[in-house]
Amino acid sequence: MASEKEHIVLEAKALAIGYTSKKQRSVIAEGIQFQFSEGELVGLVGANGIGKSTLLRTLSGMQKALDGDVSILKRPLSSFPPAALATQLSVVLTEAPSSKNLSVTEFISLGRQPHTNWLGRLSEKDREMILWAMEQTDTLEIRERKCFELSDGQMQRVAIARALAQDTPLIILDEPTTHLDLYHRAYILKLLKRLANDTQKTILFSTHEIDLAIQLSDKMIVMTTDSIVVDEPCNLISQGHFTDLFPKDSIFFDEETGSFRVK
Amino acid sequence: MKSPRSYSRIFILLALLLVVIFFLNVSLGSVTIPFSEVFNALTGGEVSKSSWQYIITDYRLPKALTAVLVGSGLAISGLLMQTLFRNPLAGPFVLGLSSGASLGVAVLILGAGVFGGVLGTWLTSSWSLVIASALGSFLVLLAVLAVTLRVKDTMAILIIGLMFGSVTAAVVAVLSYFSSAEKLQQYVFWSFGSLGNQSWGGIGILSLCTIVGIIIAFISSKSLNALLLGENYARSLGVRMKRTTLVIIITTSILAGAITAFAGPIAFIGLAVPHITRQWITSSDHRILIPAVLLFGSIIMLVCDAVAQLPFSEYTLPINAITSLIGAPVVIWLLVRKRKLFF
Repeated sequence: MASEKEHIVLEAKALAIGYTSKKQRSVIAEGIQFQFSEGELVGLVGANGIGKSTLLRTLSGMQKALDGDVSILKRPLSSFPPAALATQLSVVLTEAPSSKNLSVTEFISLGRQPHTNWLGRLSEKDREMILWAMEQTDTLEIRERKCFELSDGQMQRVAIARALAQDTPLIILDEPTTHLDLYHRAYILKLLKRLANDTQKTILFSTHEIDLAIQLSDKMIVMTTDSIVVDEPCNLISQGHFTDLFPKDSIFFDEETGSFRVK
Repeated sequence: MKSPRSYSRIFILLALLLVVIFFLNVSLGSVTIPFSEVFNALTGGEVSKSSWQYIITDYRLPKALTAVLVGSGLAISGLLMQTLFRNPLAGPFVLGLSSGASLGVAVLILGAGVFGGVLGTWLTSSWSLVIASALGSFLVLLAVLAVTLRVKDTMAILIIGLMFGSVTAAVVAVLSYFSSAEKLQQYVFWSFGSLGNQSWGGIGILSLCTIVGIIIAFISSKSLNALLLGENYARSLGVRMKRTTLVIIITTSILAGAITAFAGPIAFIGLAVPHITRQWITSSDHRILIPAVLLFGSIIMLVCDAVAQLPFSEYTLPINAITSLIGAPVVIWLLVRKRKLFF
């Protein structure tokens, strides 16, 4: 496993996340520790308001860590200038693009920005990469459409295609399955699984689809008020970490099926 | 994304249209001058009457050039503001720039009564008007920049700009209340806006500001395109948000500030032209939008000016009224027909 050690894409050491204001700092979680290698699909689960988005924002450099270190490919996150970080890390956010007038092709092409010249001129390689991203996400047929004409499922595929076009070793997605029907939730997560396998990218996503995440993820981060545990899904189940995920008054975790049931 | 080249036919067409409209604009006016004579005067040929030569080179040509500069500059700053604030209703004046200019001019004209005599007359000469409105917009700009450096949220900057506008409008109202009818009339005339009566020196300064502004806008197209995705996505693509916001706000201020200083507040061009352009140019790419908006802005401003001239009559309507009369219905029409105002 020595070779795998060299390919750690995302690493957190004694990380503390939260917010600082002038007077005080409010810590949301601390002592976060993990290493993710290339080709790994990582699911982040936790109840609403537990700090999943804060963790993802901290890992993607949109927010400063309160303490500890985050490094991408062994290099500290804070040492990346914005342009250099954009070649290592791409994000898929919950927000839709501000301009609904963008066409699908334009939206995906913008992912190439970190690789283009000062005017954003697309080279032959850029175009190939955009086409490849569209093929991977089944968005070729809708490429002429405008963003306001897309369904939620299509929009999510386009957003993922944009991140793929950015061609980074690490992709972070904030709740890519919200607002989607069951079919599309499974579709999106299976797509992420396939992409992690085929392209050897490290893909980290937060989700409320715990049973789907258990089935598909290589590793999972389980956030509760008391602890943050990182491990493979089967270990997490046997150690009973999912049981503490939610208050126990109306649902319970069935270890046999790996899913939550109504009491 | 279509390459800029595939739009070249539209651009050639628009450029030809601009030339034709420019020529028509110069030909029309209270004095009827035959087309051939206008052509001669513009190309340096012989003109049968020296008064015609004078009218064209000293009055109509500077006015048409001003219209081109004002139209393109305001339209570009409108486009920049709509992209930066992700708001289809943003225009160059939402930052309070025109209110700042109005304040400067109001203090100068309405306050000039206090100084009285020779000083008062000197203060209200045309150059001091330009300086006062430039100073006014510059002060508001400084205030906006100070806010920009402290506040991260662009929406907050937008609201603060509107508040600056309200405050300056209130100060102008108080000043008007205490001034004489004559001074008030002078102020009202300034607020009508005017493309005429520009000296060649003034046009030189105006074109310098407009060209510099447009060049900076074009250089920023890559960041502007990233901004279409929203602030967080833009950041993730490597855009330095604070620097980009500053550059865009300063560029808009140079454009809108200089134009307001020379031509007075001119409504709706900045807001409406980018939307009109989007009806023909489906691309959201600023490398295509900026030249297109520039051409559309010039053409529409020349048309508005020609209408304001009331061809074949002696009257000239206030240009600000014409741009509003044309601009407002266009925006309403776009909203009703398209249901949505995109940017």
